[in-house]
Amino acid sequence: MNAKTLPLIATLVIFIAAFAICTLQYPTMLSTRVIGNLLTDNAFLGIAAVGMTFVILSGGIDLSIGSVIAFTSVFLAVMLEGTSIHPLLAFVLALAITTAFGALMGAIIHFLEMPPFIVTLAGMFLARGMAFVLSIDSIPIRHPFYATLKSAYWVMPGGGRLTLIGGAMLLVFLAGIIIAQRTRFGTNVYALGGGAHTAALMGVPVGRTTIGIYALSGFVAGLSGIAYSLYTSAGYSLATVGVELDAIAAVVIGGTLLTGGAGFVGGTLIGVLIQGLIQTYITFDGTLSSWWTKILIGGLLFAFILLQKGILSLSSGRRRLTMKGA
Amino acid sequence: MPASAVLSATGIVKTFPGARALDGVDFELRRGEVHALLGENGAGKSTLIKCLTGAYRRDGGRVELDGAPIDPRDPLDAQKLGIGTVYQEVNLLPNLSVAENLYLGRQPRRFGFVAPREMNRRARALLSAYEMDIDVTAALSSYSVAVQQVIAIARAVDLSGKVLILDEPTASLDAQEVRMLFRIVRDLQARGLGIVFITHFFEQVYAISNRITVLRNGRLVGTRETESLPRKDLVTMMLGHELHAAEQAGETKAESSGPVRYAFHGLGKAGRVKPFDLEIRQGEVVGMAGLLGSGRTETAELLFGVETADSGTAECEGRRLSLSSPRAAIAQGFGFCPEDRKVDGIIGDLSVRENIALALQARRGWMRPLSRKEQDALADRYIKALDIRTTDREKPIRLLSGGNQQKAILARWLATNPDFLILDEPTRGIDVGAHAEIIRLIESLCAQGMSLLVISSELDELVAYSSRVIVLRDREHVAELVGGDVSTENIVEAIAGQERRRAS
Repeated sequence: MNAKTLPLIATLVIFIAAFAICTLQYPTMLSTRVIGNLLTDNAFLGIAAVGMTFVILSGGIDLSIGSVIAFTSVFLAVMLEGTSIHPLLAFVLALAITTAFGALMGAIIHFLEMPPFIVTLAGMFLARGMAFVLSIDSIPIRHPFYATLKSAYWVMPGGGRLTLIGGAMLLVFLAGIIIAQRTRFGTNVYALGGGAHTAALMGVPVGRTTIGIYALSGFVAGLSGIAYSLYTSAGYSLATVGVELDAIAAVVIGGTLLTGGAGFVGGTLIGVLIQGLIQTYITFDGTLSSWWTKILIGGLLFAFILLQKGILSLSSGRRRLTMKGA
Repeated sequence: MPASAVLSATGIVKTFPGARALDGVDFELRRGEVHALLGENGAGKSTLIKCLTGAYRRDGGRVELDGAPIDPRDPLDAQKLGIGTVYQEVNLLPNLSVAENLYLGRQPRRFGFVAPREMNRRARALLSAYEMDIDVTAALSSYSVAVQQVIAIARAVDLSGKVLILDEPTASLDAQEVRMLFRIVRDLQARGLGIVFITHFFEQVYAISNRITVLRNGRLVGTRETESLPRKDLVTMMLGHELHAAEQAGETKAESSGPVRYAFHGLGKAGRVKPFDLEIRQGEVVGMAGLLGSGRTETAELLFGVETADSGTAECEGRRLSLSSPRAAIAQGFGFCPEDRKVDGIIGDLSVRENIALALQARRGWMRPLSRKEQDALADRYIKALDIRTTDREKPIRLLSGGNQQKAILARWLATNPDFLILDEPTRGIDVGAHAEIIRLIESLCAQGMSLLVISSELDELVAYSSRVIVLRDREHVAELVGGDVSTENIVEAIAGQERRRAS
């Protein structure tokens, strides 16, 4: 076990321990039904969190994703209820818009040398505003294709359902892991997080990578919007407020360093599942207020920030010198 | 040694607004040689390197690599052409693995995806040529600076392979690590690379280099064979002091006879400066000479508590002193004008008055603020006494000239009525007139009974006002010249070290 994987392992241990405690109290929680629902209910958050992981790994932040998800859901609702285009075409259009939106933010961050916080904050207001321009009402989506997609699920042993969006989230995570670990783009993302100036000196195409990172985040936020509209069968411009913060929490609990450069996409999945697990527990209990989710997440976040700080100071204090014949 | 030039630069000119950083400098690097590039701060070493590696675009001159003219746009371009650079601060990514650092941007791929096993295998093979057997999958930050340095060299050589520029690679290494690095440098030399080596350590220059080029004030002083260049001549080349036979020895000062006020025994800090003894008498000016990086500033920082000493004691008239922080030192009546006033000294946007009142206020503590009237009086007194040229005391200090800024900082410390004042390069970067005034000021301060420790590269100045001169070399106090022995020639000789030391 080294400093790189320690936060990931810690997250995994916490998740398994938490699940075990939940199961001891409510034995029915250990069922594929609960797991299936856990995946479905957190699908849109999980998908968006993949993009957020890349952004944070590169040392940036993307505050716009909650608004982009809401915009996508409203856009789809307006397109499907107001025009006669096929949902798949609407999906492609929505993804094109959100990807371009992310790429534009990335370009502004790189070329104007603006802090990502400010640029994506502006993006957050802009996307939310655009959603309002499209419609201020909650528009139900009644397209038959949606019913088809929603009824597409795989029944797991034990009766749990792996829905389309739950499966989509797992696929997005898989793709995210491969991009992060097995492509030059992925290494470049980590390189930016390690130090943009040094990375540039070492030949990393900083501009292309930055734009790619935010475009990727925009793309998966669009995917997340599609998942959300399938999940709720509606588009509403006031939906998913603050999801970007949930995503950041999931990324950090998943073991990614908030300052960038270290972490794993896979950890974020566990971070999302921990949040979902707490929610599920509260549902099972029935007497607890849902605010307990926030309180527990807050506590966990704090614990993880402390853990990371501890690991950082530990690893900088310990140096290896294994030289042959030196 | 083959005498063919791999890299040659002729008549390089680089101008910055208000200053000519390089003025027609020639530089030639041969295949299979280690060429030391030397010069004091501001001599133009870094500027020359940056012009060669494309970090700066030169304003004039010609650079040829293997006989073909080149004009690199940026360091990456230079690297592709064959010029690799390794800096003192390792320019690698601490969070990536060793293998990723070595192959960033050119990772081996299979079916479009990075193949980590292949990459790690190649990394191990590459490093084994440097006799390094390390876990290439571990994060770079888990290795010592020396190992990181070697990895940086391996990357640079692998990428470029004709010229390797080492910019102060040994500054933060210990003796064993330096030996390891030198073994690698000799290997590369044998492989026919041209290596440019920049350092402040004389021993290392003589240990590794074949030729030496010295720059001073943006001009080429000369290129010599290391073998045939005595140290003394090298120091003279660097400091630019033409040795006159009769070196103002007439102005011999009597050794100061006042009582010893401060005594420091065995003060030192590993990696900064070796333990030294120092006594300072009342009303005495002690000079401190040495090349850049010889441990002068480090000594001052130990005395003032900026760095905490590992060992040793400090005493004031028999009392033990604790020099744990600058605050503690100020409380003991110490003052310190640092070397780089722009960074450590002035606070540019505050007024002259505020800058002058700063240290006194800090000593009084924030519970007892100086009234505006007191501050005004204080500022006016010193503006007048030190002849600080400013239109009024409320002017932001950054608008003043260098010499006047220096005087304002001096005023800051004089306002605290220090018993012991340390001046680090008080006359650097100020005009000749202000120079003389500051020297006069130093003399009058010591006449008033204050003890001063003055660090300076201007040997003439040191000789003029010091009753004793401490000479440092390679982070060690190597000599103390007293009274009649204080002369520029003796200082140069002490800095160079005796020729017999070279054999060791």
